[in-house]
Amino acid sequence: MIKAVVNKIIDHSVVDGVGNRSVIFFQGCNLNCHYCHNPETINHCYHCGVCVTHCPQKALSFQDDKVVYDRLKCVDCDTCIKVCPYDSSPKTALLSVDDVLTKIKQNIPFIRGITLSGGECTLNATFIKALFKEAKALNLSTLLDSNGTYDFTLDPEILDHCDGVIIDIKAINAHIHQSITKADNQLIIKNAQYLAQIGKLTEIRTVVIANILDNHHTVDQITKLLAPYLTISPISYKLIKYRHFGVRKKYLYLQEPSDDLMNELQVIAYNNGFNDIILI
Amino acid sequence: MTNINYDEIVKAVEAIVNDNTKTHDQMGMALAKFAEDLLPYPKSTPEEFYRLLANKEICDLNEGHGPYSARYILPDYEKFLKQGSSFLRLEPPTNLLEAINSLIIMYRNIHALDRYPVFIGRLDILLESFVITEDRAYAKELLKWFLIQIDRSIGYSFCQANIGPTPSVTADIILELLPELQISVPNMTLRYDPELTPDDFAQKALVTALKSANPAFALDSFYKERIGDNYGIASCYNGLLIGGGAYTLTRIRLNKVAEHSKGLNDFFENTLINACKTQAQFMDAKIASIVENRAFFKSDWLVKEGLISRDKFVGLFGIVGLNECVDILMTKENKPERYGTDHSANELGVKIMEFIETFVKKHHNKYCEAFNNNFLLHAQVGAADDDDTSPGARIAIGKELPLYDHIRQAGLFHHFFPSGVGDIFPFDHTALRNPSALLDIFKGAFKSGVKYLSTYEGSGDLIRVTGYLVKRSDIEKVKNGEAVINGSVSLALDPIENRKINQRKVRNL
Repeated sequence: MIKAVVNKIIDHSVVDGVGNRSVIFFQGCNLNCHYCHNPETINHCYHCGVCVTHCPQKALSFQDDKVVYDRLKCVDCDTCIKVCPYDSSPKTALLSVDDVLTKIKQNIPFIRGITLSGGECTLNATFIKALFKEAKALNLSTLLDSNGTYDFTLDPEILDHCDGVIIDIKAINAHIHQSITKADNQLIIKNAQYLAQIGKLTEIRTVVIANILDNHHTVDQITKLLAPYLTISPISYKLIKYRHFGVRKKYLYLQEPSDDLMNELQVIAYNNGFNDIILI
Repeated sequence: MTNINYDEIVKAVEAIVNDNTKTHDQMGMALAKFAEDLLPYPKSTPEEFYRLLANKEICDLNEGHGPYSARYILPDYEKFLKQGSSFLRLEPPTNLLEAINSLIIMYRNIHALDRYPVFIGRLDILLESFVITEDRAYAKELLKWFLIQIDRSIGYSFCQANIGPTPSVTADIILELLPELQISVPNMTLRYDPELTPDDFAQKALVTALKSANPAFALDSFYKERIGDNYGIASCYNGLLIGGGAYTLTRIRLNKVAEHSKGLNDFFENTLINACKTQAQFMDAKIASIVENRAFFKSDWLVKEGLISRDKFVGLFGIVGLNECVDILMTKENKPERYGTDHSANELGVKIMEFIETFVKKHHNKYCEAFNNNFLLHAQVGAADDDDTSPGARIAIGKELPLYDHIRQAGLFHHFFPSGVGDIFPFDHTALRNPSALLDIFKGAFKSGVKYLSTYEGSGDLIRVTGYLVKRSDIEKVKNGEAVINGSVSLALDPIENRKINQRKVRNL
């Protein structure tokens, strides 16, 4: 039985695709964005045990050299996440596809579908294929919320039971992208274009930061690139205002954008042919 | 019954006419109610009724000792607009301006127990043919002033309008106007049918509901089946026949019945059946008095012009406090399970409701012929003196369950109450970002047995108190000793101040 490390499952979400959806957040990401709002999902637990000594509720313990988490004792004070030296969390669970399905089934008939997020969900490709196949059998719609680093052209099978993909476009300028994520953006842009071509790019997202990023250029270029495919299937564009909430201390030099900047970007996207633009 | 001396009468009248928080009209209504209550209760009222009224097991909702009209009336406005009225000296309207003014005139001439119309019609059905022949902007301006007129001149939150289930220009305009107008009258229901109500229209209604606490959603198919194709939703959420209504709404406080029992067996074998029988006999006596003695069904102009018909009326057999009732019985049986959270407690709730439903089906009243001579069960939303008594079968505020569990629990009970039931789930502002998600939750609720559902945005001015709307700003004014147009605000003070309405769990998405 395939298993994956899951950070958490949210029973209802209105911000992860159309309709009411349950969202599964996988643990582990292959990018390390400065502005990550949930950095505790980036790495897998190294079982170093720093959190065990700090937990005020004694909800964490060592068993066979592994950190063990007791959900019943936990009061979600998040001390463990604050003290973790590795951008991880001990509050994860190793779940099988059936485990996840059991949890999701409890949310039917209130949800339209499921969205897989993270961390980076596509690091669990085999798990995703199995889970989406079962979700489809339950009549649920299936979305991936990805950072775009998985080469979809090489594994179209992952899209067989997937209704659409949400891709983060962090920056068009390769140098800026590299500096803020420690990764290249060529594959991400190629993926966005490929998914748009086959009508499976549901949404693109860009986090807007007042300093560091070349926001105007990114919004202008990505909308121009994708506009020709809007007739194949609609693509919404979510422009997300950077907020300090959850961001690691060393990156707090990043600045929130003004409403004026957000509105300017919206106009650029609109003028390039996008009409479903969401500012949050 | 009433042994009140002259000095006491003077004192009571002076208290009413010197009340700074009442308008002249509201004082007049209070004076009339005081005078009416000097009458004895109907002749064949059972003795046991007075005992159960005193120990709070039964509550007659301040309908008055000698009601001289039916409690809820739902005039057939469609018929009125087609035939005009000789009493009102009105010809059938030929355009939107005439139609709206004809309706306003009619609303002013509906005088029943509540002295204001508790049902003002299916506005889209009534007005659509006039609206579509006008320029949309002009129609919108007229509808805007129609709604303002209703809010300011009717001034009672129990006045209810219906729209849906199919979309229309009229309903569309109304949904656009409500957030802008921020009015507490009329109360409004969208008759929702997932087959007939398109998602975009339902989503528009939900966005409007978040911003203005109106409309609530009623599952159209349920009310059609249990009340009839020609049903209307009146007052808080009362499903009744258009052209008819309800003679009375009397209610059992189930928690008091449980309190006065020795335990589970005594509850079923003695106290509950006694309360049911007594309430039914009291309702029989009251209905006979209204039908046989009072002038209402003989001489009211609505009867004479065929806009209401006595044989479409019914008695509403109300209950409140099921949550507390179950918990009290569990405590008496030394069991830790509680209503809402625990399966066995919810099962007991269902058993209690099945018991009452069986009783109501067996009891016959000859004046309820449209409903097989039966009363209809009603999950009453609460009234004064309801300390530690939750509305109908609702889970107590402060004891709310996670959203889906809460909805499923409510779904166990709604089907018992064809003449009125409902649950309220306020959401925070994130719901406005994605109304399709809220619609999914509403659809899920209807699939889970819920029949009537409402929402509002937790931090807005308009809130749904129990089954009706008030403005928080009006509440503040009354608390500061000022009068406001809406006479229901004073009624809302008690539930808001004492029954934690402000603490109702606001769901975040």
